[in-house]
Amino acid sequence: MQDEDSFALVDALAANLEAWQRCPPRLCLEVGCGSGYVVCSLALLLRQAGAAAQLLATDVNPRAAAATAQTLAAHQVRDRVDIVLADLASALLPSIAGLVDVLVFNPPYVPTPDEEVERGGIAAAWAGGERGRRVADRLLRLVPALLSPRGEMFLVAVHENDPPELMQLMEAAGFEARVALQRSADEERLTILHFRRRPGETAGAAAAAAAGGAAAAGAAGAAPAPE
Amino acid sequence: MKLLTHNMLQCHIKGVKNGYPLKIEAEKVEEREQDYEPDFLRHIFPRINWDALREGAAAMGIDDLPESASEELLEDDEFLKKFHHALLEVHLEEGALVCPETGRKFPVSDGIPNLLLQEDEC
Ligand SMILES: C[S@@+](CC[C@H](N)C(=O)[O-])C[C@H]1O[C@@H](n2cnc3c(N)ncnc32)[C@H](O)[C@@H]1O
Repeated sequence: MQDEDSFALVDALAANLEAWQRCPPRLCLEVGCGSGYVVCSLALLLRQAGAAAQLLATDVNPRAAAATAQTLAAHQVRDRVDIVLADLASALLPSIAGLVDVLVFNPPYVPTPDEEVERGGIAAAWAGGERGRRVADRLLRLVPALLSPRGEMFLVAVHENDPPELMQLMEAAGFEARVALQRSADEERLTILHFRRRPGETAGAAAAAAAGGAAAAGAAGAAPAPE
Repeated sequence: MKLLTHNMLQCHIKGVKNGYPLKIEAEKVEEREQDYEPDFLRHIFPRINWDALREGAAAMGIDDLPESASEELLEDDEFLKKFHHALLEVHLEEGALVCPETGRKFPVSDGIPNLLLQEDEC
């Protein structure tokens, strides 16, 4: 099944329902919302948790944005989620720095030649460049700026993306990293990674995030098109 | 697009220094009721750029927000309800967001703002 990645991600999110009941997220962001299945499921979960939360979703593909709007409307949660056509979170930084409580990304993760990533279009749904990491790595650099002090991130990865290395990268950036879920589907070995700020580093990291927001936004803007 | 989202968007064209706030050109505005959640409002208030919210609201025909707002007002139910309405219940369905520095227009259609940049802009 080609949607196993999104199903696995939603299963990992659903396992957090109780935690979110105790400590409701306020602002959530999905990058690369595609069909809208994940952000819609998250909105429904948060409603179930009784969380007073607002959600944002971005994608680079206008068709994905339209599909997401339809999915949300069909489940009566269109007004909980604003959709923005943008590269990663670029248009939202630095204003959104330090505000995202739950960040979700199912990136294009299939290893491809790097040119395919830059070509955009429909290939943007899967083309991940070298090791399938080109797009995911760009977002990971923004995560310290984006997340709130209590913020957490869920990331889909496959074996070729080297999940242990992704965990090390985030640990070095001040996060706790764990495998939330692992599943084999077809030829893919899927891992859902869960990152959260390491307790104790929270205050400093949040301050750095707020201060570093502008720099992060600059980096995001500079990354996509080589001059 | 809600004014909450507008409050967090900026023009990120390379070299632009004053890309915030984006000016709203409204062609079609819809008001839709949303659950009144003071917890969310109190949480987000300190991070809301009030002038941007007020300007955006005015462009969408909402002009009952006070000129300035401070944390004390968060105890005032009447204020919270106005804040709630402007922030979450007024949607820009069709129109554009305009960069205050370059005049670049980002179209909004079916409630979705398009902030994607051309290659020569990034
Ligand atoms: C693997 S799909 C995610 C599928 C989605 N979770 C679903 O349930 O349909 C990756 C998505 O990321 C989007 N995408 C790719 N590059 C992006 C970028 N730089 N910024 C935002 N979205 C991007 C693609 O258009 C695609 O919709």
